[in-house]
Amino acid sequence: MLLGIVLALLAGGGVAVLAERFGPMAPQRVALGTLVLAALLLAGADAPGVAAAWGPEWIHGEAYRWIPRFGIALLLGIDGLGLVLVALTLLLGGVAVLASWTEVESRPGLFHGHLLWTLAGAVGVFCALDLFAFFVFWEVMLVPMYFLIAGWGHEDRSRAAMKFFLFTQVGGLLMLLAIVGLVWLHRDATGALSFSFFALQGAATGSPWAPWLLAGFLVAFLVKLPAVPLHSWLPDAHTQAPTAGSVVLAGVLLKTGGYGLVRFAEPLFPEAARALALPVLAVGAASVLYGGLLAFSQRDFKRVVAYSSIGHMGFVVLGVFAFDAVARQGAIVQMVAHGLSSGALFLLAGAVQHRLHTRDLDALGGLWDRAPRMGAFALFFLAAALGLPGLGNFVGEFLVLLGSFRTQPVAAVLAALGLVISALYALRLLRRAFHGPAGPALATAPVPDLDRRELLALGVLAAGLLWLGLQPQFVLDLLGPATPVPLAGPAP
Amino acid sequence: MTAADLVAMAPLAALAAGVLVLLLAIAARRDARLAWAVTGATVVAALAMVVPAVEVAPRAVTPLLRVDGLGLLGVVLFLLGSLATVPLAARHLAARPGPVEEFPLLLLLATLGAATLALATHVASLLLGLELLSIALYALIAYPDRGRRPLEAALKYLVLSGVSSATLLFGAALLYAESGTLAFAGLVPAAGTGSVLTTAGLALVLAGLAFKLSLVPFHQWTPEVYEGAPVPVTAWLATVGKGAVVLVLLRLLAESGALARPDAVLLLSVLAGASMLAGNLLALLEDDVRRLLAYSSVAHLGYLLVALLLVDAAGGPQLGTEAALVYLLAYGVTTFGAFTVLEERSAPGARRQHGAALGSEEDFDDGARERFRGLFRRRPAVALAFTVMLLSLAGIPLTAGFVGKFYVVAAGVEGGLWALLALLVVGSGVGLFYSLRLVHLMTLPVDAPSGADVPGRGGWLLGGLTVLVLVLGILPEPVLALVRAALAY
Repeated sequence: MLLGIVLALLAGGGVAVLAERFGPMAPQRVALGTLVLAALLLAGADAPGVAAAWGPEWIHGEAYRWIPRFGIALLLGIDGLGLVLVALTLLLGGVAVLASWTEVESRPGLFHGHLLWTLAGAVGVFCALDLFAFFVFWEVMLVPMYFLIAGWGHEDRSRAAMKFFLFTQVGGLLMLLAIVGLVWLHRDATGALSFSFFALQGAATGSPWAPWLLAGFLVAFLVKLPAVPLHSWLPDAHTQAPTAGSVVLAGVLLKTGGYGLVRFAEPLFPEAARALALPVLAVGAASVLYGGLLAFSQRDFKRVVAYSSIGHMGFVVLGVFAFDAVARQGAIVQMVAHGLSSGALFLLAGAVQHRLHTRDLDALGGLWDRAPRMGAFALFFLAAALGLPGLGNFVGEFLVLLGSFRTQPVAAVLAALGLVISALYALRLLRRAFHGPAGPALATAPVPDLDRRELLALGVLAAGLLWLGLQPQFVLDLLGPATPVPLAGPAP
Repeated sequence: MTAADLVAMAPLAALAAGVLVLLLAIAARRDARLAWAVTGATVVAALAMVVPAVEVAPRAVTPLLRVDGLGLLGVVLFLLGSLATVPLAARHLAARPGPVEEFPLLLLLATLGAATLALATHVASLLLGLELLSIALYALIAYPDRGRRPLEAALKYLVLSGVSSATLLFGAALLYAESGTLAFAGLVPAAGTGSVLTTAGLALVLAGLAFKLSLVPFHQWTPEVYEGAPVPVTAWLATVGKGAVVLVLLRLLAESGALARPDAVLLLSVLAGASMLAGNLLALLEDDVRRLLAYSSVAHLGYLLVALLLVDAAGGPQLGTEAALVYLLAYGVTTFGAFTVLEERSAPGARRQHGAALGSEEDFDDGARERFRGLFRRRPAVALAFTVMLLSLAGIPLTAGFVGKFYVVAAGVEGGLWALLALLVVGSGVGLFYSLRLVHLMTLPVDAPSGADVPGRGGWLLGGLTVLVLVLGILPEPVLALVRAALAY
């Protein structure tokens, strides 16, 4: 029932918009209920027949007619990778709703509608195995996210929303060109027009166009990830987005870029991916270092977390383009762990902003004394971000470094420096915001500590990180070899 | 001429008969409702006549016209466009003083011109259709709204359109001197033959048609006309008027084999690239929504030209033709929807309420971008419809515009036109920017209460067009199958 999940989220968004007139908290309840329903549908999505028909990796799969003119079908399926990311999407969606339960004052119905529609697009991206459908979902999640930032963001929201949309959209159009180019290469070779991922695997092998087509995909994925030098939309979008928007942006939307790299780059272009590995690895290592350094020099709470995301997602690039099974698994674990930890940090940043109306580190300070629970959670999640053993991020980064050191030692050594830098900016953020004497912003306003809803949301995320850090084997088993090349699928 | 020929021409005959009936009706009694009723009935009758015409298609009726699937599909689309114009224009004119019966008459004449263009296979019928369409438009632009700007727009259109027709005619004469025929098939000497006169003739013919399509550098009339003409006329001109010229250009290129000549391909490529880029960049600078839509149409015709460059490319069965038709359909529905929003936004009833004199300068400022600020709070249904139209113009998935753009990209990839596709990506990025800026403006809170709005839902026409744009975008297969079936004839 993967299509059911997408449709439930789309419909739930519509209901949330209408629910606004039935009471102040109705949209929030609808949104939460929809996410629970979607999670139940996901839990029920276990079709034993699929494994037999599609291949042992697949947990669930379904296909619908769509546009036979171009050989386009609505082909949806999840393996371990898809399942983990869809689950992460729904979990972070729930956390985002809980965290901003009272934050949204104007048009809460529309706000939660846009939130659910974004999540619907993201779930579609993680399930779609037809490249046309993938592109459609890819674009669909952008439009509501644009409205979330532009409509409910902070002071400079218009510009940030526009920048976000333009970057990702132009990247997406290049990907569309590459998709169509790949499909036509396949047609010229076989005579059949098909957008199915399974049919197109390796279709470009041997073609002089392959590196160019791969580059089209990579631009879209690296913009979304984001990687240096295509990252400049991210700090603005994160800083200006409302809390729930930031959580979903960092936790889910960035993962679509990483997912694209894992799922499509190597299986579709096994040769070209190796040919382009060196420049892409350089981009990954540069992202780790540059993101970390810039995170260290920011004054804005949210910008610190935003730049740290660039650094952490650099590890994903490294893990995918090391072409090593361990590194690839590490990249996926890193995506999940970063989704949880950065979601939590944006949530905390939002909580600070909501209480003190500033994110400026110079104005903060001494928060721990006033709001000890907030401080404790900040310490926990910053420790996760700096890669403390026992938490999920450590597992991801360690596996990436372990795997990539075997094949790409130089890039691995450079990226390992990023771990040092992340300790620096994480501890600096903790000291400037939570330790020391009370900052000027605290002088005027009372600082209520985290309430029950926020504690619940953060507690869930913390538990997830602990589980991922202490019991990584469960997720690693689920991922299996994480998309072997080529991936088996349904018969065309 | 046989009976089958007459059946094949029945849609045109129905339109012509309707024109005569309407003339007589106006002579007998001036009654706006009667005139609109006759117009609507004529268009419906012409649509009904398409059914028997399909039975005898494909068929060459005289050397001038060919009634085939492509032409009849065009005729149906143009008739539907005119039919949608009827309620829009009737309401627009209801608020104006003075007689209005000439409007439906001119509309029918222009529709007859468009239908002729859809079937034309000869320079003579091309000119006949083009002039029928243009001459009706001069009057349609100038006369319903009294004021300086419509007059200015009409005069500009008259002069430039006259020049372009003459250019086209001169080009055709040069080609005739080379090839000895005026039929599309054989009009252009094959590649490698023909003197410099052929290139000159081709350039002149293409320039004449490019003017009607407002391709860069022949686009200067577009913003003035879009801004000055009554909104229903602009809606018709932007969809049916341009669509008819696209169809005749498609036929000219496909039948004459001009695309086998490198000089023709170069000329068309330059027109396409310049239009995509300049159209989008100029739209970026506009503060008036009507002028913005004008420049955006320049860019969209540039995208369409990419498909037209491939109408007879070998390989896939006619992907260029199919792409051009699907794009035309998607763009037509979307553009008509956008202008319906503009009309809805500035319904004359609303303007009269807030006291602006009809025909005054203020009356014509309705397209100003600032007037759309906060539309979501004041008229959510209209704002939602406009958002759908703008996203479709920008080519976002799940709208008709995306299906059209996808087709053009697929055709371009098939034909290997990578440079033009790169320009398409850049142009789309810019196009997205100004579309979103407008959408964002509508979501902002209103600073001061604006008197120019009446509450309302936007009517069934706008609702229907919005649904159509979404259905075309989400489940395009039935329409694609229809287009393919028509092309297979």
